[in-house]
Amino acid sequence: MTEHAHKLKDSCNVHCHCIKINGLNVSFGDEKILDDVNLHMHCGELTVLIGPNGAGKSTLLRALLDEVPHEGTIEFKETKTGNISNMMKIGYVPQSLNIEREIPMTVYDLFASFISRYPVWLFKNRKLYDKIREQLRLFSVEDCIDKQVGKLSGGQLQRVMLSIAITPMPNLLILDEPVSGIDENGVRDFYRLVNEMKSRNDLAILLVSHDLELVRKYADKVVLLDRKILCKGTPDEVYADPDFKRIFGGGEV
Amino acid sequence: MFDFLSYEFMRNALLAILVSSPIFALLGTMVVNKKMAFFSDAIGHSALCGIAVGIVFGFTSRSVSMVLFAVLFSVLLNLVKDRTTYGADTIISVFASVAMSLGLVLLSKDGNFNKYSSYLVGDILSITGTEIVSLLICLVLVIAFWAVAYNGLSSDNLNRALAKSKGIRGKVYDYVFSAFIAVVIMFSIRWIGILLINSLIILPAASSRNIARNTRTYHLGSVIFSVLCGVAGLIISYYTSAPSGPMIVLLLGGTFFVTFIIHAFRKD
Repeated sequence: MTEHAHKLKDSCNVHCHCIKINGLNVSFGDEKILDDVNLHMHCGELTVLIGPNGAGKSTLLRALLDEVPHEGTIEFKETKTGNISNMMKIGYVPQSLNIEREIPMTVYDLFASFISRYPVWLFKNRKLYDKIREQLRLFSVEDCIDKQVGKLSGGQLQRVMLSIAITPMPNLLILDEPVSGIDENGVRDFYRLVNEMKSRNDLAILLVSHDLELVRKYADKVVLLDRKILCKGTPDEVYADPDFKRIFGGGEV
Repeated sequence: MFDFLSYEFMRNALLAILVSSPIFALLGTMVVNKKMAFFSDAIGHSALCGIAVGIVFGFTSRSVSMVLFAVLFSVLLNLVKDRTTYGADTIISVFASVAMSLGLVLLSKDGNFNKYSSYLVGDILSITGTEIVSLLICLVLVIAFWAVAYNGLSSDNLNRALAKSKGIRGKVYDYVFSAFIAVVIMFSIRWIGILLINSLIILPAASSRNIARNTRTYHLGSVIFSVLCGVAGLIISYYTSAPSGPMIVLLLGGTFFVTFIIHAFRKD
């Protein structure tokens, strides 16, 4: 753990928790996609998942979201009280949304459909509207609330999705290669936001990423995955590992 | 202009359109968003099988057997679709062709398919008071379902995993939605006809989508187009003795092209 993360952990208050993944297995038919994955995540920590294509990174996220059948347990523990609970809230930012440019749906419609039961096809709900605006403000995109979702820039949509993911505030935030489809500045911007969010809130973040340079800068812990966990540790530790050099060609980072 | 209202069958037809067009308009918004036009078309075609099954097994009420068949068919279709790697369009096509052919074979068993040919193009002027009541029940149910399930359906369509992380059981909504479409189609098939039913679901929503920017105007536009074209089509057909179903569809088609052009010339 980096010094930075240590500091954050100390400042963490009552909500401090950790998430333990024990012996996670996923198979499709006879093929083992994930083999005995064990992972420990703490609040205030950014864990980054890297690995070659087809390593099972997305499958791991989908298993955590209970989207694919899996074996093994996912434990959620309050560090203060030691209580183990099943009430872990997960926030998720997917790779993409199924939207076209012309879809008649504003950011309000999109947001409300995920967090509220008030039907979005009826009149606008003032209270809900204000709440969504508040949440969008956290990522400085409150002015987009009445824009059509298909007409947002990649960066704006990314911020909207982050905002949806932390409404209500989850214990674990899962980000699935969210940087695809945005330019380089957008990518840097995104990492900055994630970093900010980490220090502002009590949540653990798990991110699938390809940008090894930014990972080195922002990750507290890196996990190298290829069907099973090859190595994990600080970015420096993982980047020095022979497996890492074999997969990513070493030296070039 | 309103002398057509002196005939009971015209009053019934008008009532039927006023009650059923909002149903099509509402369901259509999601059918278009989810790109399910082919699915609803297939359900329409398989309605023939629903009718045949009802006759073969001698159900006293044809409606009951048709509803049962519709629900069963849509659930089965969804189950198979979710469990194969074929594209959904292939699976839908397989189901629809089998169901329609089975319906045709069963219905022409005694060599008198002509008796049922009205199911192909429909006959709105033959609608009865009882059928209007069942349509009214459909309308109430669809509005209730829409109030409860629209957000879930929409969010599930945007991203199932994200919806799931928010505790939204998208798959359940999806199945119920398909069943709703199937039931509504079965109820309407006798007076709209297999060949036209899908137009009434797709066209109002598609026209509204051309010009709407948010979910509320999308729904409002869809309902307005559906009701206006329905009523206008019926009146025009009365005075020109053109068949009413195709007349309604022609008006809806015209609306689509007008909104399409408006959209093309709108700047932003």
